[in-house]
Amino acid sequence: MSETTILQRRFNPDRDARPWQGGSRPYDLIKEVTICFLVVTVLVVGLAFLFGSPDDKAISIQTWATANQIDFAQTSISELNGTSGTATYGPPYNNFVGSSQSLGPISLESWIGVHIPVNPAQDFVLGPLSTVANAPNVTRALDVFNAATPSQQLAWETNYATAVSHASSVNGHLVVPRGAYGPIGVMIGQLTAMAKSGALDSAMVDQSGFYGTNYTKSLLYIADSTYFAAQGTAHHLSGDQWGMMNETGNFPGQAWLWLYTFWYQVPPFSTSANADIQVSALMGLLSLLLLLVPFIPGLRSIPRWTRVYRFIWKDYYRSQG
Amino acid sequence: MSTTKDQTVLDQEEAELARQWTGRIRRLLVDALPPDKLLPDRQPSYLSSWIYIFGALTIGGLALVILTGTVLALEGPQWWHVSSIGLFVNSMHLWSVEFFFFFMVIHLWGKFFMAAWRGNRQLTWMTGVVTFFFSIGAGFTGYVSQTNFDSQWIATQAKDGINATGAGAFVNALNFGQMLMWHIVLLPAAVVALTGLHILMVRHKGIVTPIEVNGTEVPHQGTQSESDPS
Repeated sequence: MSETTILQRRFNPDRDARPWQGGSRPYDLIKEVTICFLVVTVLVVGLAFLFGSPDDKAISIQTWATANQIDFAQTSISELNGTSGTATYGPPYNNFVGSSQSLGPISLESWIGVHIPVNPAQDFVLGPLSTVANAPNVTRALDVFNAATPSQQLAWETNYATAVSHASSVNGHLVVPRGAYGPIGVMIGQLTAMAKSGALDSAMVDQSGFYGTNYTKSLLYIADSTYFAAQGTAHHLSGDQWGMMNETGNFPGQAWLWLYTFWYQVPPFSTSANADIQVSALMGLLSLLLLLVPFIPGLRSIPRWTRVYRFIWKDYYRSQG
Repeated sequence: MSTTKDQTVLDQEEAELARQWTGRIRRLLVDALPPDKLLPDRQPSYLSSWIYIFGALTIGGLALVILTGTVLALEGPQWWHVSSIGLFVNSMHLWSVEFFFFFMVIHLWGKFFMAAWRGNRQLTWMTGVVTFFFSIGAGFTGYVSQTNFDSQWIATQAKDGINATGAGAFVNALNFGQMLMWHIVLLPAAVVALTGLHILMVRHKGIVTPIEVNGTEVPHQGTQSESDPS
């Protein structure tokens, strides 16, 4: 058993600092912090007065369907036939295979699996339609659809998806060319009407009860649309436009995320199907290096090599000759 | 006889006080942070650069973030959409966050170039870095709790990055209720606690001295059998 004692070890300028034996001077810390607070307050009040803060209204399903009902109908059929972004997302929303990101053999989202179950066909289309009252044609359409075989359902959905790609808006009504899509026309037509009236927004939120505070399903639905993506691009917010670190208008946004967002702009990340996990892993590593700088030889020597400290403590070094 | 008994009782009490948890913790705290260390009225003469002000400015920014956030919390998350006063307070909240980060990043790089971890101050550096990380989380959850287009866009974009790490199963950027609670309770509590710890560590260890490149040896607490790790 070894005894604790005071030893002398070789001085390492990147690790050690000798206790200060020199002089001191009066220094009012509380006054300094108070003045700093007042200075920041003046700056903040000034900028808040001059520039305010951005507040573009949230996009509801009603806003979306009213602005572009064709896009709404196209997105909705993709939710029903399982081809939308959400339907093919995989964990944590569903068990769709093949879309999870991985780093070599490691796919953390696949390993953790489904924790926030979302079934777009049921949650976005069939569920809300089943709440419609006093509409026998809708009830009949749902009965026909539910009674059909999966292959028949798929055939109707495929035919409708083709037809709705040629749809038009006539006097505010969605007009889809005729086709062999069975009950789907009535279903998506009713869903579009619900969306435009605002009833679909309520139906989506009501899924979590009276006091809903979870908008996961509504947001996933809206984010599957080309309308939402177009709004983001119009505000210069898409991924290749430095994405989520920005906000609408000419505000600084989350400028501190610049390095995280930067990697998405450059190869190989900008063209990688696994960019999210790759960038997250890289940022995790860089964060760890920042945290552990004091212990990493070479990295902790950078301050000494760059000699910026000579400028910071110029008075001290001048006094030392 | 009674005096002897009193002395025995006193000795027992003294022994109990020496073992007492409360007393031990108080002695530990007072030893680590005596009043003249906790709130010193003098500082070493080398402390004379503008860079030192950014720590205090960061504290000032954080105080204003908490203050404006508290006013917003009084009225609830939708207030600032419908009230001009609410919008102004929200604008102050936004700009105080911007300044808080701006000052904190300058403080961080200033401390980096001072190699401020020297002299057993590694934990001070690490609590500062961890505070920075928690602040990023607090800022992010605020952005996705705005209940406007920005929050919708940022949440739907960010979910992919969070989901890819597997954390999305537990931290759901699309869940307004969860994000709001993280933003106004959990993360501010963590940031304030970590900032407090960081400041106490700075006060305990004192301000790091200028870099010495010609030093030879330094006192080091270790064991007789320990070799020089340099």
